[in-house]
Amino acid sequence: MIQTTQLSKKYGKTEVLHIDELEIPTGQSFGLVGNNGAGKTTYFNILLDLIRPTTGAIVNNDIQVNKSEEWKNFTGSFIDESFLIGYLTPEEYFDFIGDLRGMNKADVTKFLLQFDEFFNDEILDKKKYLRDLSKGNQKKVGIVAAMMGNPQVVILDEPFANLDPTTQIRLKKIIKTLTENREITVLISSHDLTHVTEVCERIVVLDKGNVVKDIKTSSETLKELESYFSV
Amino acid sequence: MISHFLKLEWKQYFRSANWQKSVFLNVLLVFFALYFAVSFLALGVVGFYIIKEQFPEQDPLVLVNSFLLYAIVGDLIFRYIMQKLPVMNIKPLLILPINKNKIAHYILVKSSFSFFNIMGLFFYVPFAIVLIKEGYNSFGVLGWLTTMFLLIQTANFLNFLTNKNNIAFSILLFLLIGGYLIQYFNLYNLPGFVGKGFDAIYQTPVLAIVFLIVLIVLYIFNYKQLRNEIYLDAIISEKTKEVNASDLSFADKLGDLAPFIKNDLRLMWRNKRTKSSVWMVAVGLLYGLIFYTQPIYADKEVIFVLVGIFSTGTFLINFGQFIPAWDSSYYNMLMSQNFKYERYLKSKFTIMTISVVALFVLGIPYVYFGWKILLVHFAAMIYNVGVNSHVILYGGTFNRKKINLDEKAAFNFQGTGAVQWLIGLPLMLLPMALFGLINWLVSFEIATATLAVLGFVGIALHKKLMAAITKKYITNKYVMIHAFKQEN
Repeated sequence: MIQTTQLSKKYGKTEVLHIDELEIPTGQSFGLVGNNGAGKTTYFNILLDLIRPTTGAIVNNDIQVNKSEEWKNFTGSFIDESFLIGYLTPEEYFDFIGDLRGMNKADVTKFLLQFDEFFNDEILDKKKYLRDLSKGNQKKVGIVAAMMGNPQVVILDEPFANLDPTTQIRLKKIIKTLTENREITVLISSHDLTHVTEVCERIVVLDKGNVVKDIKTSSETLKELESYFSV
Repeated sequence: MISHFLKLEWKQYFRSANWQKSVFLNVLLVFFALYFAVSFLALGVVGFYIIKEQFPEQDPLVLVNSFLLYAIVGDLIFRYIMQKLPVMNIKPLLILPINKNKIAHYILVKSSFSFFNIMGLFFYVPFAIVLIKEGYNSFGVLGWLTTMFLLIQTANFLNFLTNKNNIAFSILLFLLIGGYLIQYFNLYNLPGFVGKGFDAIYQTPVLAIVFLIVLIVLYIFNYKQLRNEIYLDAIISEKTKEVNASDLSFADKLGDLAPFIKNDLRLMWRNKRTKSSVWMVAVGLLYGLIFYTQPIYADKEVIFVLVGIFSTGTFLINFGQFIPAWDSSYYNMLMSQNFKYERYLKSKFTIMTISVVALFVLGIPYVYFGWKILLVHFAAMIYNVGVNSHVILYGGTFNRKKINLDEKAAFNFQGTGAVQWLIGLPLMLLPMALFGLINWLVSFEIATATLAVLGFVGIALHKKLMAAITKKYITNKYVMIHAFKQEN
């Protein structure tokens, strides 16, 4: 589904990302871990064509992302709060994204129904603008919006950060159902090793922009990762 | 401590993504400032003698005093429109060992050095010197001058306190118009009455203390208010307002532009900054009254173009020049959604066009001052739609400055500033120059037609122009994403 070849990103002389070869097959739940500055967000930003790679390219479902914009039709993403429109209410925001993704009002309402538990009565019908919601609640809105319009690829940067424990558990459930049918490819980055090993079948560790580990998740993975990071 | 603050602001200015643009604008601003300073200076030096010559039987000082009310109210209105209130990003400073009182005092004192406070002195100081030279009582004149100085500072802090409040602005307009009407119909000479007060200060300079007290009270008031706002929760609690959701389904008629247009309408109504530019539309619409009511402008057709472009284009200029910066805080998201860029720009274009046409329709009553005016306004409208809207959309690709709509209330003085109007100048001056030239060389009809034809050409080429503009936006995409990430 997503092929990365000879990808690098340099700022001046410092190379912040260097991936020679990375292939993410369709339907995989893919986890990206690494310390601060490892290049996780940079990778996602290149994948979303928000920054340009210095060399190489990412191909998303046969579309090279910095050449054509067609990938936007089947890719949903949430990177940070800058993906939200502060002066809209959550409902209006969902309608807006729904509009762009070809859903009508009824579709949107129906779609949101399945997230009732995730929202925990803190999002809808609150008569509040997004800018007035707490960080965690803003995140809920962004994550759900990323799943609108039947995307084939969902990209979430640090989805567990800022969420309360209950919501973290609910989010894990949502991600698991998302990848159940092995049709949707999910890419997640996280600092939380426990969460990411629980939901991802494959974990790639980045360090200073390089892939240092590529693990198929098993019962030993968490231990392996913990020992790697506890240096 | 103050040097720390000054250093911070210096760095903030030169390290911001768009400082080159602001340097250019600042150079322009300095030119204007110099122009005003020199004019005021000249007026101050020769003003006394001019009055003496024109009204030999009146005392120039008394005459000036009797107009001071207008000067003060006018100054306040001018400040309301032009003066940018000092902004400082205090959030990072709150947790540092910096006295909050100091932050408040710094912001206030800094504001009193604004150019708007110095400008008036260019008139008052030379005028006072001439007065002394002409044999007026030195103590009296000094007392009067001190009063003027205190009044200017008072206006500064009054402006700060009202903080671009529309009600205060209406009161000022009311005072100005009401005062004029009352005087005009000889009901009561309010400005003259106020002027007598100033005469009294000349007689007894000690009275200037009254103004000092007023200034101190205002300063303390400002200080208290500001000091109270240097808390995060003060900022937050004020902010959480109930949503005002209005039914915008009428916009659905616009087809696939609807989601963006609905968004833009909400953007305008729900953010303080954009709201003020909507309010400016009213001012722009009435702008023509300044000229058309004066007989001396009746045969100066170039002025019609100025008013025509401006009154139909206030919204275009105010809203258009910040495209796409209005959407800067969520630009990343827009760029990863599936829509064609052209659709986004098209929706902006549509909104601007609707505003131009609507403002023209609202301005039709100007026909009262002559059919020529309406004709020129019509041509100006076409020109605005066909030429200026494309120019301003193209200009948007140079926007590198993030607009922080969410800026919490207390320090969100991002209102209209002088710079904003400067950008509009070429949009107005170019058609004026063109019109003026043809009007002078050929005829009024041809000049008017030229403007309209230029507009129609722009409209005819709309598709091509939009394609070129869109291309430019796409090329600049990454630079804009990067710049919009920076906080100012």
